[in-house]
Amino acid sequence: MTVAVNPSQTGEPVFYLADEHPHPEGYSTSLGFWIYLMSDCLIFAMLFAAFGVLGANYAAGPAPKDLFELPLVAVNTSMLLLSSITYGFAMLTMQQNKIAQTQMWLAITGLFGLAFIGIELSEFAHMIHEGATPQRSAFLSSFFTLVGTHGLHVSCGLIWLVTLMVQVWKFGLIEANRRRLMCLSMFWHFLDVVWIGVFTFVYLLGVLR
Amino acid sequence: MSPDLLKLIFGRLSIDSLPLHEPILVGTFVMVALGGAVLLGGVTYFRLWGYLWREWFTSVDHKRIGIMYMILGIVMLLRGFADALMMRAQQALAFGGSEGFLPAHHYDQVFTAHGVIMIFFVAMPLVTGLMNFVVPLQIGARDVSFPFLNNFSFWMTVGGAALVMASLFIGEFARTGWLAYPPLSNIGYSPDVGVDYYIWGLQVAGVGTTLSGINLICTIVKLRCPGMTMMKMPVFTWTALCTNILIVASFPVLTVVLALLTLDRYVGTNFFTNDFGGSPMMYVNLIWIWGHPEVYILVLPAFGIFSEVTSTFSGKRLFGYTSMVYATVVITILSYLVWLHHFFTMGSGASVNSFFGITTMIISIPTGAKMFNWLFTMYRGRIRFELPMLWTIAFMLTFVLGGMTGVLLAVPPADFVLHNSLFLIAHFHNVIIGGVVFGAFAGINYWFPKAFGFKLDPFWGKLSFWFWVTGFYLAFMPLYVLGLMGVTRRLRVFDDPSLQIWFVIAAIGAGLVFLGILSMLMQFAVSFLKREQLRDVTGDPWDARTLEWATSSPPPDYNFAFTPVVHDNDAWWDMKKRGYQRPLMGFKPIHMPSSTGTGVILAGLATAMGFGLIWYIWWLAAVSFIAMLAVGIGHTFNYHRDFDIPADDVIRAEDARTKLLAGAK
Repeated sequence: MTVAVNPSQTGEPVFYLADEHPHPEGYSTSLGFWIYLMSDCLIFAMLFAAFGVLGANYAAGPAPKDLFELPLVAVNTSMLLLSSITYGFAMLTMQQNKIAQTQMWLAITGLFGLAFIGIELSEFAHMIHEGATPQRSAFLSSFFTLVGTHGLHVSCGLIWLVTLMVQVWKFGLIEANRRRLMCLSMFWHFLDVVWIGVFTFVYLLGVLR
Repeated sequence: MSPDLLKLIFGRLSIDSLPLHEPILVGTFVMVALGGAVLLGGVTYFRLWGYLWREWFTSVDHKRIGIMYMILGIVMLLRGFADALMMRAQQALAFGGSEGFLPAHHYDQVFTAHGVIMIFFVAMPLVTGLMNFVVPLQIGARDVSFPFLNNFSFWMTVGGAALVMASLFIGEFARTGWLAYPPLSNIGYSPDVGVDYYIWGLQVAGVGTTLSGINLICTIVKLRCPGMTMMKMPVFTWTALCTNILIVASFPVLTVVLALLTLDRYVGTNFFTNDFGGSPMMYVNLIWIWGHPEVYILVLPAFGIFSEVTSTFSGKRLFGYTSMVYATVVITILSYLVWLHHFFTMGSGASVNSFFGITTMIISIPTGAKMFNWLFTMYRGRIRFELPMLWTIAFMLTFVLGGMTGVLLAVPPADFVLHNSLFLIAHFHNVIIGGVVFGAFAGINYWFPKAFGFKLDPFWGKLSFWFWVTGFYLAFMPLYVLGLMGVTRRLRVFDDPSLQIWFVIAAIGAGLVFLGILSMLMQFAVSFLKREQLRDVTGDPWDARTLEWATSSPPPDYNFAFTPVVHDNDAWWDMKKRGYQRPLMGFKPIHMPSSTGTGVILAGLATAMGFGLIWYIWWLAAVSFIAMLAVGIGHTFNYHRDFDIPADDVIRAEDARTKLLAGAK
């Protein structure tokens, strides 16, 4: 925003740019994606708030202590954290223009993500089997919704990841694809941060409650 | 066919879902069907489908999308106002044992639909449309940051409106009031499709609104022309920025609260139930955390319009630009800290109520500062009483009144008396009509010549103005009186005959407003017929001050042949004063985004998915969802979304303008 605002050589004010260049493609993308992430963050904030309000309303049903198996959650958390590290490696190799290695790290990230979703689904299935369904109490409604929304985000991330791998395979690490990988990177790390919140407030504090 | 198969195909949709037993609805349907047939037939006869599809529906041009938003808003205004007329007539008639003409289950739908439509599908499209059209022009940009997203957002809004309209003839709408409080809106008390129409209509439109908010923030932050620092932005752009920040910071809350209600209704969770640990009051809190910012989302751009209009038609720089900007920002922040004043009677105790009462009263300070800024702008100005200025003056008088009753309601003990009374109804119509609607009309009259190249007819405009303003006062002042007498909102029949006269006066007021709306439609028609007389060849019909008036009317696709450079916050005024010469040569090709039909298709699929979910037609919902994913992903495989307008085309457009300007002199 500091271009050509000063009077020109002749002292006449400059009212337009005679020689200009269009904004590069994707000029606003990272800002736009950040704002989108913040709006998504607000969605999670609301779900955390709902859990905060309803999280102790067991309605004479099971409580976190009866349900949560922390070792399993620890394994699950490590899946997601490892996937963030491997995504980081994918970005590093992308910077070095190594397509094959980028694809490999993306694939590994996807596998970790799949493992996370798999473990989460089996946890859900187990709880539902025990009668701890989302309908059982307000605590369980808000638990399943918060954790499930996170899982849904990870699933969307996985679909996105596969799409991007196909696009990198077809078109290479062109500028547009780098930008897209960067956005997915922010999305993926964002989900990691949200999971830290879930892990702390829902699981750890839940078992303490 | 077996009932199971029918249920699989049609869900809970059956021939009984059509309101064939309701003469009012059948009559409306016949009228709408006839009108629709004439419209569609006309478009087909004049072979306009290709033109509409290529030039409008698939257009990513912010100006065309803005205009389409305005058309949507005005069409939906007719629907929302028909509901208002029915309510006013019902309440004026239903005295002395009369049941009026609306049965309870219909009346309840009418007042719910009225609120939902007026806020989401009239006020929002009008405001979004004006921001879409004006902001890129005001900041010297060629389009918004994400033009495809802009088109998609618009069609999602249309999709939401279409679902709400469909509920008129297929099934029914919610009977819960416009915010659908549980437990009434929960499945036990509202087992029909009404609340589902409400939920999915708002969810589909809400996605569009959120995305359009992100889009406009990016546009304002990233695409301002050189020299336009934040404190040189036109005030309308400032209010647009704050409004879109509020949109992004509040619409996700609405998304979540509706999603939780959806889970309660569809899955049987216990968020807002009375038993199993649910909390209905959490819904009320959450929805007002969205709902209060929402009213500022609507009114801030209106404040921006009044600022532009006041300074243009007073021929003066806006008084107190800096304080205007800070007032806007302070209102933006405070709007987040007052939500609880909508339910002081919840019983949260004196301390909580005092906090929210005080924050609410504090908002009147920056708003009052704005009011004085407008007054001081007019002071010693050379005021021209053109239509936009008339609406602005009507706003200033009306809004101050509405603001004062608002401060009164902000006092918790007073609110305990007036809560849910017609006093509240009078208050918020006072600020929404006096603020947002008058603002939108000022904006329409002000920017219409920019959008279409000719001014609006002043005679019919003034007629519309006087009908609206007098109609408004007649319709809502009686409601203040009734509210102070203790009459609550949403009543269908009355026992006390002494109240009737007030309702009759209110109904007459609504009738005058109806004449105002008809005059406005007449104004559009007459202006179109007299367009040669009303033609604006200069591009600057009002001798205005901001950059949008530096372009031709209507502006070319690329807005500015050369990106302007700004030195002052009234940039165009500064250019005129310092002898700016329009460049006549050296034109180059201009890089622009290409049109795409993906937005229409995606939004159509989202609407179909909503319809499937409303009627439990699961296959339709699933198929539409998968198709949306496929189309969305497919769209990302298209890497070539731009093209260059050839230099020859730019030269042709600019030469045409040169000739026009020469003719004007």
